[in-house]
Amino acid sequence: MNNNDTIRKTLIVAVSLCLVCSALISFSAVELRDLQEANKTLDKQSKILSAAGLLDEDTDVTELFQSIEARIVNLETGEFDSEISLADYEESAYSRNPATSIELTSENDIALLKRRENFQTVYLHYDFDSLNAVILPVRGYGLWGTMKGYLALEPDLKTIIGLEFFDHKETPGLGGEIDNPKWKSIWKGKEVYSDSGDILISVIKGSVDKSSTLAKYQVDGLSGATITSNGVTNLLSFWLGDMGYGPLINRLKQSEVKDV
Amino acid sequence: MSKAKEVLLNPIFNDNPIALQILGICSALAVTGNLYITLIMCVALTTVVTLSNLSVSLIRNHIPTNIRIIVQISIIATLVMLVDEVLQAFDYESSKTLSVFVGLIVTNCIVMGRAEAFAMKNGPLMSAIDGFGNGLGYSVILIVIAIIREFVGAGTFYGIEIMPLTTNGGWYLANNFFLTPASSFFIIGFTIWALRQWKTEQIEEPEFKISKNSLESEKGAA
Repeated sequence: MNNNDTIRKTLIVAVSLCLVCSALISFSAVELRDLQEANKTLDKQSKILSAAGLLDEDTDVTELFQSIEARIVNLETGEFDSEISLADYEESAYSRNPATSIELTSENDIALLKRRENFQTVYLHYDFDSLNAVILPVRGYGLWGTMKGYLALEPDLKTIIGLEFFDHKETPGLGGEIDNPKWKSIWKGKEVYSDSGDILISVIKGSVDKSSTLAKYQVDGLSGATITSNGVTNLLSFWLGDMGYGPLINRLKQSEVKDV
Repeated sequence: MSKAKEVLLNPIFNDNPIALQILGICSALAVTGNLYITLIMCVALTTVVTLSNLSVSLIRNHIPTNIRIIVQISIIATLVMLVDEVLQAFDYESSKTLSVFVGLIVTNCIVMGRAEAFAMKNGPLMSAIDGFGNGLGYSVILIVIAIIREFVGAGTFYGIEIMPLTTNGGWYLANNFFLTPASSFFIIGFTIWALRQWKTEQIEEPEFKISKNSLESEKGAA
């Protein structure tokens, strides 16, 4: 076994090990890619459905998703964009590329995103040809990292159907309670805009005073998770405001809902 | 006890990688908040350590000594990447929750430790059994920690509600400390203490003894 330490043998072992290992990895990556992609799509679709309250244990997610139409929207103008294909759109790539995103200033970057992409995918749910829900991807900084989720609105574009986060790094048991079904359920029916169009929706500290006139714009805070709660308020204010889906929402409100 | 049985069962209580060798603590802290996730992690680690021991042992007579650590790491890293790929394809939810921790099996001292300490010196079959045994030893401790953390921290056992939480309208005020990784330190500590009360031969001789209070001994002299 002394000959193991010769340069020749060392090189042979190193090179052949690398070849075998890389062949194994490449093979598995290629073989499993379709399954992995399918899983990612399914996961995303089920979160979108869940935000809109459409998820149903007995029905297949892919089948339920048939009733949802995805559209690319230009966030500057609020118009739907048909030039970018849905398959090519990737949020992270668009928000990093200076050509397809804008840098946010400290005043308007309330959700701490640094850059905002100029295009986003929004999801429209139709129930027998009439618009039933608008599902908007939202994201913003919490305590430990970016919280990503979907906000579903009624066709009146101010009443919330649901808010569902699919990716966050908040503390389990504290900020992580944004995944708690009970907390998520109190969002349903809350309103985001006042009659004059101001964004009033907020997660407050403590419980909502039911008799207050502002009660329909307020959601109970998560105890022990003030920064996460504020993060949720901030990300909603950002995405519902002029820098986010504001232009789209205004345009949809003005136009006949069926036209979209 | 036959040799194989001894190699398999020793790491569970007599020579536990976590409780006696104090290896692999990092993942024991990180992935034990929920029993299901812990089980996935245990299966992943046991698979990696078994296969890495087997592979290292198979080629042990051809590994040049000066690059042996690199060879072991390459094998382990390959296996970990394979496990990660499989997990992403077949259990996407868990792979999302475990995120980086599957990848971090590469740095798990148990895997590397068994490859270097056992697989380099023993045959493939025994090495695989040793790897599997150590995987089981790791799993036993992790499962104990996860059961305690999930029960106290969230009032559930394997996701089934045992004690209804106040946040869900029940009576049990969850102890959030148990949901944080730091609580594992306490549970591991108590587990080690319990294990050493049972198997007293594991108690280590104190390396340093506290000497008598010097002032008191002076007083005695005076």
